[in-house]
This record gives sequence, structure tokens and C-alpha cells, in this order.
Amino acid sequence: MRQQSRTRAARWIFITPFMVMFGLFFAAPIVYAIVQSIFAEKGSALGFGPPETVFVWFDNYSRAMSDEAFRESLVRLVQFAAILVPLMVVTSLTLALLLDSGRALWPRFFRVLYFAPYGIPGVVATLLWGFLYIPATSPVLEMLSTIGIEIEPLSSGGVLFAIANIALWVFAGYNMIILLSALDAVPAELYEAARMDGASAWGLIWHIKLPLVRSSIILVTVFTIIGTLQLFVEPLVLLPLTTAIDSNFTPNLAAYNQAFALGNPNLAAAMAVIVALLGMVFSFGFLRAVNRKGNRAW
Amino acid sequence: MVTQKRRSKPAVSTVAVSIVLGVAAIYFVIPLVWVAIAATKSTGDVFGSFGLWFSDSPQAWDNLRQLFAQDGGVYAQWLGNSLLYSGVGAFVAMIISAMCGYAIAKYSFRGREALFSVILGGVLVPATVIALPLYFLLNNVNLTGTYWSVLLPSMVSPFGVYLARIHANASVPDEVIEAARLDGAGEVRIFASIAARIMVPALVTIFLFQFVTIWNNYLLPLVMLNETATFPVTLGLTLWNSQTQRDPMFYELVIGGSAVSAIVLVALMVGLQRFWRADLTAGSTKG
Repeated sequence: MRQQSRTRAARWIFITPFMVMFGLFFAAPIVYAIVQSIFAEKGSALGFGPPETVFVWFDNYSRAMSDEAFRESLVRLVQFAAILVPLMVVTSLTLALLLDSGRALWPRFFRVLYFAPYGIPGVVATLLWGFLYIPATSPVLEMLSTIGIEIEPLSSGGVLFAIANIALWVFAGYNMIILLSALDAVPAELYEAARMDGASAWGLIWHIKLPLVRSSIILVTVFTIIGTLQLFVEPLVLLPLTTAIDSNFTPNLAAYNQAFALGNPNLAAAMAVIVALLGMVFSFGFLRAVNRKGNRAW
Repeated sequence: MVTQKRRSKPAVSTVAVSIVLGVAAIYFVIPLVWVAIAATKSTGDVFGSFGLWFSDSPQAWDNLRQLFAQDGGVYAQWLGNSLLYSGVGAFVAMIISAMCGYAIAKYSFRGREALFSVILGGVLVPATVIALPLYFLLNNVNLTGTYWSVLLPSMVSPFGVYLARIHANASVPDEVIEAARLDGAGEVRIFASIAARIMVPALVTIFLFQFVTIWNNYLLPLVMLNETATFPVTLGLTLWNSQTQRDPMFYELVIGGSAVSAIVLVALMVGLQRFWRADLTAGSTKG
């Protein structure tokens, strides 16, 4: 019995610090955002005196959704995810499979090299790519144009790809490492057995490697989906360089703009909650879709 | 067995694979090479000479001296602030999430799974959703603008709890804990001197992951801080970048500052990547 009360006390000692911090700096802001999103500041009826805080139900949500710029930013976010998620998964998986194939010279060197950009802050990565995206400073555009290829990464048609490229550059190596260590964990006997059965290199990838690292592919996909919802820094830093980006380019930018430039934290809160809901719909929708075969991965 | 196979493979595929990997390598290093070279140039040459080669009048040393002299050496202070936020934040996050993950793994109690689900849900919440309301909350208690406003939220790592639980489950044997109990060791002592030692790979991974996350965070310091003396390097660089239109000289500072912070972080990444136990993150979904 003494034993039990001792472990009970210990359990609280271990759990409490995290839960207090989690509650104050994680859960409380979420709850606060939800509460804020259903209130609004209204000028008092007679036009003088301090504004009152009024309960407005889902007014802020309908205001956000009827705002055309905000709706466009949501559509843009979905388009961005449609570009980045497949690009990220295919790139990091291809690199991982190539490094794992045992046919690469210096695999360790390449592995470290691809991982390095993960340490570069999004801001710095965007500053650097920004220079590579404008003709005045870009050696890449210069070289392409000498062989007759003219591209404008920051034109309205290219800017989503330009931003996706930055995210790919920063995170592909990190995701590759996750997939590589999953591939490392596959027992070598499985490969031997498959080769005995006459499997080709493609057969090996398709029937053994991919199914066995499936859960890590799902992890990478979900991380990338969540990552796309954060889209904020890259358009903010690229904004002065192009007319294709405005202050409502992504939902996060729009929310930031509402809160700090336009002084409407209630509407901003509603926008932030909408982004979070969108993220949940996408993440859980994806997990449901891949887990449908009764093969739970999460 | 795999190595045997490798030797018997035709050389053609080695060449093909290596070419693809080489092209990818060029993609990953181009921005870094560009910034390293641009950091040796004057603003005029950044715009006037070919980006992947040095100009006729390199001035790397001048640029570096100017970078650290500008505004009374504020750049060094930004680097120091980034180190403070990331180092202290990640260290505390590592300890409290390791304790929590260990407790969830090794003590059975009612509501354990529910608690874990709530924490796991935290991993799925975009950080941007937290930052805005957190500003208004902390503003009520006059914490905005202080070091604490960035430091305290950085100490929360739901992902760290997740990793710690997975790793404690997999690698800290119940028998060892039982044996230590029979020897009369207290629960805290068992954790601090036995479990934590076994969990070192997980602890390092949590620390590194959180360190990079804090170092790279932009939105949180952007909304919280208003005095340049408290800025981390990410915020400082965008401050300078916003001044390039007024004075093109700031391009040299932005490029030099980006180069120095990129070199610091890449060196850190390359040096520490062998401690980076990605198999923890990769294996985590199998459990």
C-alpha cells in the first residue's frame, strides 16, 4: 500500500510540470481563441463611452467566410498543399530509396548534405531563395536564360511553386532521414528472400520496402499537411518583392493582419480557428483514407 | 549480405544513382554557396556580378566587421538571444516532457490514455493558431515584450512527450525499475539516475528537435517582442531586410547576417546529425 501511494505521488511530480506549462501556453490560448471568436467589440449604442464586448454567436465566422480575400486565401492554401504534399513525399521518398539502394557513392555524405537545410530558419531560407528568384541577383535565372529558358518564379502563376520550393528545400532532407531510418529497420533477410524469389529492384521497392515504411510515409505526409497550414513566413518575406502577394495571401497572414494592423482580434481568432479546423479535417481525413483497409498506422 | 550484393551490382546503376544524387546535392547547396559568395561582395557587386563566382574586389572581412559593428553590435546580441531562447527553452522542454512521457509509459493510472491523446492532439495544432491568442493572454499579465514571452511558450513540446513515452516504453525495462524499488530507491531517484540515463538518445533527440523549432520560430517572437535588443536573429534579419529599400547598404548586412547564421546552424546540424535519432520518430508510428 505504501508502495502505491509513493508511485501516486511520483506520478504527479512527473506529470504536473508539463501539464501546467501545456495548460498555460498551449491549451489556454486555444480555448481563449475559441471564446474570443464568438465575441465582438461593439461601439456603445449612443456612440460614446467605451466599446462593449458582445456575444455574437458565429458572426465572426460568417464575416470571415463572406470576406472574399479570406476565402481566396483558403483556396490558395489548399492549392499550395496540393502542390507541396505530393512533391515533398515523392522527393524525400525517392532520395531515401536511392540512398538505401546500396548503389550510391558516398551515401553518408549526401545524407548529411540533404539534411543541412533543415537547420536554416524559414526566414533565412526565404531571404536566400528571394535573391535566387529575382533576375537582378539570380545566377540560376541567368544560366537558364542563356540556354533560352525564361521563368519568373515570382509571377502570379509561379509564386505558389516558388514558395513550395522553399518548403521542399528546408524539409525534404529531414523527411528523408525519417524514411531512411524506417528503411534501415527492414530486416535484410526479407530482401534476400525476395531476391531468391526473383524479385527485381522495382519489385523489391514496390512489394517490400514501400509497404514496410508505410507508417513513416504517413507520418511525413501528416507533418507536411500540418506544415502547409503554418504558411506565413515565406509570403511575408517575399511580399515586398512581388505584386503577386498581398497581406491576405494566406489565412495566417490575413489573421495576423486583422489582429495587429486592423485591430480586430475577434475576427482574427475566428480565422485562426478556421485554419485549425481545416487542418484537422485534412489530417484526419487523410488518416481515415489510408487506414480504411483495416491496417491502422496511427 | 547486403554489402555482398552491392559489389555484384552492375556499375551502370551506381553511376545513374550517383548522378541523380549529385544533381539533388547541387539543388540543396546552391542557396548556401550563393550566400557564402555574396557575403564577400559589396551591394553593388551582389547586383552586378555573376552570383556563383567571386567579384574582382572581395571584401569579406569588411562585411563581417560591419555586420558586427552595426547598431552597436546588435547582431551579436541577436545571435546570443537566439541561443538563449533555443538553449534554455529546449533544455527545460526536454526535462519536463521526458518526465511526463516516462510517467505515462511506466505508471498505469486512470485517464492515462485520455491524457496522452490530448497531448498528441497538441502535435497536430499549427503553432500559428497558438501565437495570436497567446499574445492577447500574455498582454493581460504584462508579459509581452519580455524574454519570458518567448521563452515560456517554447518550453512546451507535446512531440517531446510523445517521443519520450515511445522510447521509455521500448527501452526502460520494468524489471530494472522494480529492482531499484526493492533496493529502496525513491521514484524520482529511479527516474533521474536510471531511466533518464537509458533514455539519453531520446533526450538528445527531443532537445535537438525543440532547439531547431525555437531557433526557426518567427511568428511567436514577431507578435511578442517590440524591442530590438530582445530579438532573435530571425526577427533581426527581417528588420534589416525591411530597411533595404531606404538604404541599399542594408543588403550587405542582410546577406552577411544570413550567411553567418546559416553557417552556424549548418555546422551545428552536420556536427550533431549522428546524434539525431530519427529512428525514434520513424518507429514511433509502428507502436
